[in-house]
Amino acid sequence: MGERSAVIGIGQTKYDAKRVDVSMPGLVREAALAALADADLGWQDIDAVVVGKAPDMFEGVMMPELFLADALGAAGKPLLRVHTAGSVGGSTGIVASSLVESGVFERVLCVAFEKQSESNAMWALTVSTPFSVAVIAGAGGYFAPLIRAYMRRSGAPEDTGIRVAVKDRQNALKNPYAHVKIPGVTFEQVMASPMLWDPIRYLETCPSSDGACAMIFASEAKAAKSPGKPAWVHATAMRSEPTMFAGRDQVNPLAGRMNAKDLYAKAGITNPRKEIDCAEIYVPFSWFEPMWMETMGFAEEGQGWKMTYEGATAIDGDLPVNMSGGVLSSNPIGASGLIRFAEAALQVRGQAGEHQVDGVHKALGHAYGGGSQYFSTYIVADHKP
Amino acid sequence: MRDVAIVSFAQSAKAKEQRNEVEILMPVVREAVRACGLPRTEIGFTCSGSSDYLQGQSFAFVGALDAVGAWPPIKESHVEMDGAWALYEAWIKIQTGDVDSALVYSFGKSSPGDIAEVLALQLDPYTVTPLWPDAHSLAALQARAFLEATGKSERDLAEVVARSRRSAIGNPHAVVSGEFDVEKLLLEPCVSSPLRAHDLPPVTDGASALVMVAGERARKLCERPVWIRGIDHRIEPQGLGVRELARSASTEIAGARAGVHKGRVDLAELHAPYSHQELILRAALGLGESVDVNPSGGALTSHPLMAAGLVRIGEAAMRLMARDGDRAVAHATQGPCLQQNLVCVLEGD
Repeated sequence: MGERSAVIGIGQTKYDAKRVDVSMPGLVREAALAALADADLGWQDIDAVVVGKAPDMFEGVMMPELFLADALGAAGKPLLRVHTAGSVGGSTGIVASSLVESGVFERVLCVAFEKQSESNAMWALTVSTPFSVAVIAGAGGYFAPLIRAYMRRSGAPEDTGIRVAVKDRQNALKNPYAHVKIPGVTFEQVMASPMLWDPIRYLETCPSSDGACAMIFASEAKAAKSPGKPAWVHATAMRSEPTMFAGRDQVNPLAGRMNAKDLYAKAGITNPRKEIDCAEIYVPFSWFEPMWMETMGFAEEGQGWKMTYEGATAIDGDLPVNMSGGVLSSNPIGASGLIRFAEAALQVRGQAGEHQVDGVHKALGHAYGGGSQYFSTYIVADHKP
Repeated sequence: MRDVAIVSFAQSAKAKEQRNEVEILMPVVREAVRACGLPRTEIGFTCSGSSDYLQGQSFAFVGALDAVGAWPPIKESHVEMDGAWALYEAWIKIQTGDVDSALVYSFGKSSPGDIAEVLALQLDPYTVTPLWPDAHSLAALQARAFLEATGKSERDLAEVVARSRRSAIGNPHAVVSGEFDVEKLLLEPCVSSPLRAHDLPPVTDGASALVMVAGERARKLCERPVWIRGIDHRIEPQGLGVRELARSASTEIAGARAGVHKGRVDLAELHAPYSHQELILRAALGLGESVDVNPSGGALTSHPLMAAGLVRIGEAAMRLMARDGDRAVAHATQGPCLQQNLVCVLEGD
């Protein structure tokens, strides 16, 4: 890593099924303005802008950052548009941080968004080129068999996913921005919800949300001038592998394991379970919590479900996971990864409000995408690397 | 800043490809990697540029990973932009010190749809796209504004076309080339006044790829590495009513920040899909008559959308590698009427 980079501003919109009160420019601007206010900065203080979002067909606009440029105060500035499938929110944060780490810029605004109500994600994910198989099942149809494979391999109890869902949905009640809130949510309620893609039930899956998240990354000199407590970037990592080939382990992908190894090596972490205080992990379907606990090295292979079962990942557990309610509670797809990064930084900065975990010094943000093949992660801390 | 050099480049361009994107891309990537002399596994970072809307499918770039050989897994990123911006992200990544080399590639097929109509989807979806103004018509508005502001004529545009097509003779990646008489060009009907068919970019399917390496290693891999001495990019608001269409304010800023004026410019590859845009860009970058502009023929003779900007950088680099000059300017654009522009200053070792 070159120059030091720190998170000095964070802004989120209220996440909802349909944000009919704002256009796309209004949505991204709401998040950006909140981040600028958090950092006590104006548009003129921003050197460059990075925009992230998932497929353009989710809104039906080709390269929408072009028409959003002025709403994001980017006139006369550099603007980059990142797209790395579902991991894009994480990648957007990483590219923004790298613009600072490179020494080229001092304050970079990144905004990731999705306004799913403008189009139809199920359709957008189903369109296939001629002569290729159309799954017509959305993301759940793709991931359900991977979950089945995990259950078979690990021998995890059938209700592990339900327990993750109950925990994340309870956490969401403490997050003012969360989309899906079910007061008094119970185990029985989740279990009784309709089976969508066996073994994924309705309440074990993520919603389609409208929303945007913004973060401001700054150099060491600019972070020193920032009124708030900076969250220092200790490490970032990205890894990708192809979607399909014989023998590819899609349950515990090599790209995910290499990503974790690279991340911890850069951050000087040898025992992630002990050294990381909490994590925001990309869990669009409940079972991905135990799966990613293993890939990220928080648990031995086949043991991840025990963390959920024993309450280790609860907000008062030894490694709280998805204190915000996670992707299960808010899912503007292109923003979901950046929300993980933002929530990790909020914890480090002590800004997480009701879902704040006590004594967080180091937190991890995680995103994945495609067919479990794109990974973007980072670690932030309350002290300089 | 770390010194970063382009050490290899490859491309493919045809008016209409029967192959799919991965099939087009695979030999291009293979050639760029072979020519750079580094084993695939030693290239530190990979970054690509493409558009889902050209392929008509979400996550279109995911399939491209098959062409790159992303196994074991690679450090990789993607921009929904022309490949020139993928090069920029890779250059930044090298500047962070995280990696020392990068493979950059981009691809796009314009032929399957009506590209001018598809590009209308880049506009404000609430107020402009419903009117469905096609890309050629928007460019014509800009051309008219340019002619009126500068006193230039349609003859000046035709001269750009004739010179470009002449320069493209011998370029195997040009889809149109040859000797054309300016008088005859001017007899052609307008597609959208003042632009005629030859003032528009030809429909092209293609891909481009290059490898960049930091520091001394570049000299070991390449007989004459081409150093990136400056690179910058800027965007303008999209609304045509709030921009001064007869000039390119964002190119002016990017050119100044990239250091175009710090030395003599021998040649320039300008990404000008429409003839009048070459004249706007020349003015924005302050390129005089002595500069050899678009020796490849430029975007008026070959325009694989999403790859064409990266092709400009590659074409300029290859000429410097071949010692056809010492210092070059390469430019890329995207968005309606030169909305977003990247300028790169290159120097042969």
